[in-house]
Amino acid sequence: MLVLILVIPAVVALLTLASRRLAPWLTLAGMLIGLGLAIVNALRVAHGGIIHGAYGTLSLDPLGALYLLVVAFVGVTAALYGIGYLTARMAELTEDDPPPRYRQYFPLFNLFLLSIMAVPLASNLAVIWIAIELTTVFSAFLVAYDDGRQALEAAWKYVALTSMGAMIALLGVLILYYGINHQGQPITWQGLQQAAPHLPAAVLLIPFVLWLIGFGAKTGLVPLHTWLPDAHSQAPASVCAVLSGVEVSAALYMLLRIYPALVANPGIVNPEIWYLVAGLITVATSAFLLLQVHDYKRLFAYSTIEHMGIILAACGLGAGGHQLGTVYQLFAHAFTKSFCFYAAGLATLVFGTQKIAAVGGLLGRAPVVGWALLLGAIAIAGAPPFALFISEFEILRTGFAAGQYAATGVLTTLIVLAFVAIVYQAGRIVFGEPVVADGYQPPPLPKTSMVALAIAFVPVLVFGFYLPPPLMSLVHQAALILGGPT
Amino acid sequence: MMPASFDIAYALDGFFAAFFVLFSVGIVVARQMRGALFLFVLHALALTASAIVLAIALDSPHLGWVALITFSTKAIAVPLVLRWAAGRKLHERREVDHVLTITFSLLIAAVLALIAWVTIEPLVQAIPGRPFAAINLPTGLIAIFFGAFTVTVRREAMVQLMGLLVMESGAFFASISIVNDLSVIAEISAAVDVPIAAMVIGLLIRNINRVAGSTRVGHMADLKEHN
Repeated sequence: MLVLILVIPAVVALLTLASRRLAPWLTLAGMLIGLGLAIVNALRVAHGGIIHGAYGTLSLDPLGALYLLVVAFVGVTAALYGIGYLTARMAELTEDDPPPRYRQYFPLFNLFLLSIMAVPLASNLAVIWIAIELTTVFSAFLVAYDDGRQALEAAWKYVALTSMGAMIALLGVLILYYGINHQGQPITWQGLQQAAPHLPAAVLLIPFVLWLIGFGAKTGLVPLHTWLPDAHSQAPASVCAVLSGVEVSAALYMLLRIYPALVANPGIVNPEIWYLVAGLITVATSAFLLLQVHDYKRLFAYSTIEHMGIILAACGLGAGGHQLGTVYQLFAHAFTKSFCFYAAGLATLVFGTQKIAAVGGLLGRAPVVGWALLLGAIAIAGAPPFALFISEFEILRTGFAAGQYAATGVLTTLIVLAFVAIVYQAGRIVFGEPVVADGYQPPPLPKTSMVALAIAFVPVLVFGFYLPPPLMSLVHQAALILGGPT
Repeated sequence: MMPASFDIAYALDGFFAAFFVLFSVGIVVARQMRGALFLFVLHALALTASAIVLAIALDSPHLGWVALITFSTKAIAVPLVLRWAAGRKLHERREVDHVLTITFSLLIAAVLALIAWVTIEPLVQAIPGRPFAAINLPTGLIAIFFGAFTVTVRREAMVQLMGLLVMESGAFFASISIVNDLSVIAEISAAVDVPIAAMVIGLLIRNINRVAGSTRVGHMADLKEHN
């Protein structure tokens, strides 16, 4: 049954080529089936542990199941959101604007989601690398959707930087391949964990450093983050939701999964330092960039960089107690960030621009969108009662509890700084007198996008104070995979 | 394998490794696009030759497949894709934009080669019983560094794409000395992945050329924080 999760988007991608009219709805139907399958398989994993499929080429463990769930959920909301949003954007075009890549959007969107879903599902590490590389390949023209000079510039930066990272990571994958194989283990995450204590430190540490640089570029770690704000400022909001919510975490997922292997190797001293330093530099840079950002889609892109940094830094804190917060942050970031981009996309339809200085009074002009943007900004900044508050609180709590006062204190300060910056910038957009640009007639807000916004808000709010027992069990089991407490 | 035969194989592998590095440097500093493409084909042939030598020396049919896949994808399919992506630009006799001078680029390339050698040395020491690793691992990492350097300092999309592909070849050049039994699914996937990636990035380059009137991506700098 695992294979169906990958077969369905592949089939839908082909079908969308046949009918332009039905393509958005076929995509939505495919994503809904995918979500259903993800839920069923996540329940199986929550109750019975790791499951295998397609003669062992696919497998799903609790961390993979949790990640697959959020990918499938964001896939559904992005597909639904895109139906009306893309049509509304086309209605805004003038004769001078190039026609967007509407026909290519739906096949590519399905293949993009397929490649992301293959990351937690594929068993073989080399195949996982290929899946991550394909996420870039299939999303390049989604970033360049508008087909203008700036969209193509953003797509090129995205492709060049992330592909460069992927090639560096490839050598790491192949060295690990040798190491795991040499120990007689299968080339899987489980095989890596079994082999790790017996490997020479260099066979594990050099691939890790290559991954940190290589996958770090895809994750948006500073200084390899420059593609991320550009790509998000140009891509349609439905693509940003997937890019920011789950695609960048696919690469981070790799860095998290290698962590227990580093810890298990007796020759590697304090591996958490790598995570802590890379994470803190990333959070610090993004926190200051958030203060001076001029475009509200770039604002949320920098917030993604901040979150990736927090997750990485969390690995370096807490001396073994951080994993619950790390896993929950990864989980909560996905649906909260997608919600933020849905709100930002609708705000662009309302204002006709993304420049913060040129907008204001969103609450007055479009109250639902205004509230969504404000609540999304507060939620993504880590305020209670939203889900990210729980994870960030847990990360900082374990850091202080482990006696890492300096590092945790720095992280706390940076999180507060980022919080202030995000809320300040969101305040500039939503409060004040409604701004009307000369000659701009906003299109009616698309109903499907508003429904998607409402659906996306449910986990943002609910998971801040209630997590269904199977999901709670999955989070704890996923933390256990990273070496955390039950 | 007899010791004498092994010595010959070792020497041949070193010979092809030297050319592999030389062609990588050539792509870093090539003045014209057609010249860079020619060097790229030679680069792929050097990788193929090394894989053939190792396949025979280690009696590994898997490496034979790697050689065949490398030759058909990187020496034939990908250059055709690159020619298609470049279109008429390939034949333009203009200087490909550099951020740095060629002399300075060569100097940095030498430093990068040294860093790669020092970085990979602990790994070479940690894996006894893989004699070709002493040649292929440093050579592969040097090519990865040179490819990344090409992407960074060349302001031409076509040459940047070649830089990415040089990095990918570098990873495989290094790995064939230690991984000579990649699973079939990984081999097939890798064979399919490279041409697909080259095709899509090539298509992106054609679109940049159509919209911006040039493949000089260094001139595309509209997206800045304060715009």
